[in-house]
Formats: sequence, C-alpha cells, structure tokens
Amino acid sequence: MATQTPYEVLGVKPDASPDEIRKAYRKLAKELHPDINPGKPEAEARFKQVTAAHDLLSDADKRARYDRGEIDEMGAERPRYSYRPHAEGAQGWKYQPNGEMNPEDLEDILSMFGGMGAAGARRGRSQGQGFAMPGGDRLYTLTVDFVEAAAGAKKRLSLSPDTWLDVTIPPGIDEGQVLRLKGKGGEGVGGAPPGDALIEVHVAPHPHFRRDGDNILLDLPVTVAEAVLGARVTVPTVTGPVAMTIPKGSDTGTQLRLRGKGIQRRGGTAGDQIVALKVVIGDSGDSELSAFLETWPEKHKTDPRRGMNS
Amino acid sequence: MIGFDEVLVRYRSLERRELIRWVEERWVLPERQAETWVFHEVDVARIELIIEIRRDFAVDDEAMPLVLSLLDQVYSLRRQMRRLCDAVAAQPEDIQAAIRQALPGAGTDRS
Repeated sequence: MATQTPYEVLGVKPDASPDEIRKAYRKLAKELHPDINPGKPEAEARFKQVTAAHDLLSDADKRARYDRGEIDEMGAERPRYSYRPHAEGAQGWKYQPNGEMNPEDLEDILSMFGGMGAAGARRGRSQGQGFAMPGGDRLYTLTVDFVEAAAGAKKRLSLSPDTWLDVTIPPGIDEGQVLRLKGKGGEGVGGAPPGDALIEVHVAPHPHFRRDGDNILLDLPVTVAEAVLGARVTVPTVTGPVAMTIPKGSDTGTQLRLRGKGIQRRGGTAGDQIVALKVVIGDSGDSELSAFLETWPEKHKTDPRRGMNS
Repeated sequence: MIGFDEVLVRYRSLERRELIRWVEERWVLPERQAETWVFHEVDVARIELIIEIRRDFAVDDEAMPLVLSLLDQVYSLRRQMRRLCDAVAAQPEDIQAAIRQALPGAGTDRS
C-alpha cells in the first residue's frame, strides 16, 4: 500500500495555501478527535495521521523540505541513494561516453594547461622530460554460474555497447576472486603503459551443488528400493552425468565419494564430489508397500531412536 | 547484484516494459546472464536516478538520452580531473606548490 502524502491525508491540493491547510486540519480534527470518538481506534489512528500531516505542512520550512523530497511524510530525513559515488566508483566506467576513458580526452585537458598533451608529451620525451602517466586499473565484476566456476569457462564481459573483454575463467575459481588482465585497463598517456583490468568474479549459487573447499557436495534422492537393494544410478557432476553404484543397505546420510569429480586444483588434480544419499518415499509409498509394512515390523523389531531417550 | 524481477519489486512505480525499454535503449547496462539480466549496484543506482529525474524534473523519454549523456560526460570529466589531481599529488612538494601558485586565485587565503 502506498503511503499517503500529507496533502492527501488532509485532502488538500499540493499548492494549497496555509489558510486552506489550517481549515482542512480543523475540520478533520473536529471529526476525528479521540474525545468525540471514544473506543474507535481507526479514528484515533487517523487523528494522529492528520495531526502529523498538519504539523509538517503548517511549518513553511518543513513543508518546503518535504516538497523537495528531503524529508518523508513523518518528518524523518529521507535517505538519498546518490548516483554519484556509483558513477565515480569502480563500476562507473560502463556509463562513460566511450565506455573506456579516451586518452585523447585527457590530452585535451592537458593541452589546456599549455601543451602538456600528446604533442607536448612527444616533444617532451625527446627532450628527456616528458609528461607520462601510466593508465589506471579498471575494476569490473562478472558473474559465472557454479558449473562454469568449477570447470572453467570463457566469458565475454561487455564494457560498453561496443567494447568487450574476453575473459578466461580458470577452473576452480571461488567467489570473490579477482582476475587481473595485464594491460587491459586504462590507456597510458605519453607512452606510459596501460593499466590492468581487475575482474571480480561472483559465483551464482547452484540449485543442487554446493562447494566445500575442493569438494563438491550433492544431496541425491534415492528410493527405498534403491537404498535397500542397491542400484546403479546416474549422478550429475560439473563435468556431466556419471554412473554410480549405490551399495546394498544404504541409508539417508550415507556418503559416497566420486573421486576427481570435484573442483579442479592447480597442477591437474581435482577434489571429489561427495554424494549424500537421501531416501525419499514419494510415489513408492503406495498401498502395496503400506500393506507389506503393516506386517513387517512385527517380525523385525528395531528402534532407530534407541539411546535418544533421556 | 539483483535480478530483473527484484528491481521491479524495489521500484513499484516502474513497469516491466519500461525497464525492458531502458535496457534496450542502453540507458541501463545490466550484465546479461543466460536468459536474464543481472543488475549491479551501479545499474540500480542509475535506475533510481532515471526514476528521479523523470519524476522530480519532468524529463520525458525524448529528453532523457540527452540528460543521461550530459551526466555521463560530467562524470567522465570528473574522473579525468581526479586522475590529473592524483598525478599532481604524486609530484614532489615544490612542484605541487608551484602548481598551486600558478592556479588563478592562488594566494587568497580562504580558510
């Protein structure tokens, strides 16, 4: 529900005169006063609202601040979500006129100071005292999905509508890791080297896989029959599905290890994928199974909660 | 970093097709990810900026590209100025003093 403006609360136009505001307030205050409406909490709440609206609008100073959006209808300072720190922050490059800063623009400014720009820099260099400034580093962010982070990927990062960077995501990259692309940052001036592109990588969570160091954890649902009798099932891994044997007599929580199917390490080895079984009844809990289970426990007395009794 | 629908939840006055158009017009440059868009903080701040200048200054869709382009140019200039100031600040004291001296208005004590 949208909050009412104090003008709406008093039922006056935004350009109402102080006199109109006072009249509207008096009329409503008379109708809604708690002494006239005992035991009516709605009226009391409205009365408070009307009083607050009048307090704000009858004060010319507060009213002006409210109209400028500096305070809210309760008179509290409204937090400003300023664009400036973002525009000037690490990611602001994206919205620069040329995507990247154009070194010629900087030279334009330098030339205003009397030929310190490109021409001056070139001249200066031959005299051994050039104006040279290395390019700045640029920070970008890039989001990859879980599988791309685990197995590695090639991504294209848009810097602006017309420019991009091809980024190779090494296998096993972790959330928040920063890749440095040498020389892909801002251009240098006066023959100085360019800066680097720093790419902060974020890994989007996966619906099934989780990461634990070099290992990948996966909860795998299995049927009662598969758990009791054992089975050969197909299991997803970050490098594609693999066949896995569920041993006879497995249980919820039984962990099976798929060696080398985890996160790639440097040097060619890899962590494991650890599959935790989760027995699910689901559709297999039909009447036939129920009928069987009704007689079965009598012959097989067991108490899984033994030892929990305090 | 938030998704398309989360932006719409945060800014209730913003309609879906409007936000799509803003992206298509390249007023906002979210990161494309698979079938959807991901909005980083700078993109969200920019959406809020567009909403504000449209509401508070009655800038319409035709004038918006001009306004955004001018704003982007100002921020670009500010960045370049910052670079220049950093470069000056990296100079030895005497050079800095010489530059300060050469600036118009230097010598008037404003403190």
